[in-house]
Amino acid sequence: MTESLKLTIDRRDGVAVIYTDGYINNQGGEEIARAAYTLLDEGYRCLLLNLTGTKIINSIGISILIEIIEKMLEIEGKLAFCALTPTIEKTFHIMGLAQYASIYHDESAAVAEIVV
Amino acid sequence: MTAKAPLREVKLVLPMAPDMELVASQAASALAAWMGMSADRVDEVRMAVVEACINAFEHSHADERRVDIAFAVWGEAAPERLEIQVHDNGVGFSPSEVEEPRIEHKIRGDRKRGWGLKIIQGLMDEVRITSGSRGTTVVMSKSR
Repeated sequence: MTESLKLTIDRRDGVAVIYTDGYINNQGGEEIARAAYTLLDEGYRCLLLNLTGTKIINSIGISILIEIIEKMLEIEGKLAFCALTPTIEKTFHIMGLAQYASIYHDESAAVAEIVV
Repeated sequence: MTAKAPLREVKLVLPMAPDMELVASQAASALAAWMGMSADRVDEVRMAVVEACINAFEHSHADERRVDIAFAVWGEAAPERLEIQVHDNGVGFSPSEVEEPRIEHKIRGDRKRGWGLKIIQGLMDEVRITSGSRGTTVVMSKSR
């Protein structure tokens, strides 16, 4: 039954893209946080979470994403999301996440916007 | 007078164990799809069910570590509305005393969690909660 999350990271000039594949629950959220904090330690200040491979997420996973958003605000970095399912995007809007992290439909638009 | 019966009914008893919410979400998804809901609405039902289960797992403090879930499809000739009841045998809570989560508080606060009910209410058409010393029941519904 477990749909464990798989992550793939693409390090580019000025931005790191984290691709998720699977269910973002508490363990999945923690895996994303570990990856994000490793990238911050490497010097990245712009992170893009591409959720193409994630069809379901729960509020515990999202609360860990909020921790990452808080960290990005502290360091004046940028965190953005792209390729969300309509339901995940709606959920992020219900929670107000879009006030603190930009949401894009596709990756190329997100990269063009967030990389300075 | 005979009470109307649902067009389709499914009952589950889930242990409060990791990822069991996905079992409930699969049942919800199958029923919602059978009703002819759009894919997006099916996904919304699925996510709301996940949140209701997680709330029960995390907050019920039930000695009996199980959640009872009843799905019922209602309609006259064709499926019109999916109703889902999620019941735990926990200690209960007062829904009116639950503070609505606000992102501007959560983002800087120590406690990031507490979003379940808000998400359920945002994704479903109707949500009712009854809670007391014999547990909590969340009844949520969505039309086709």
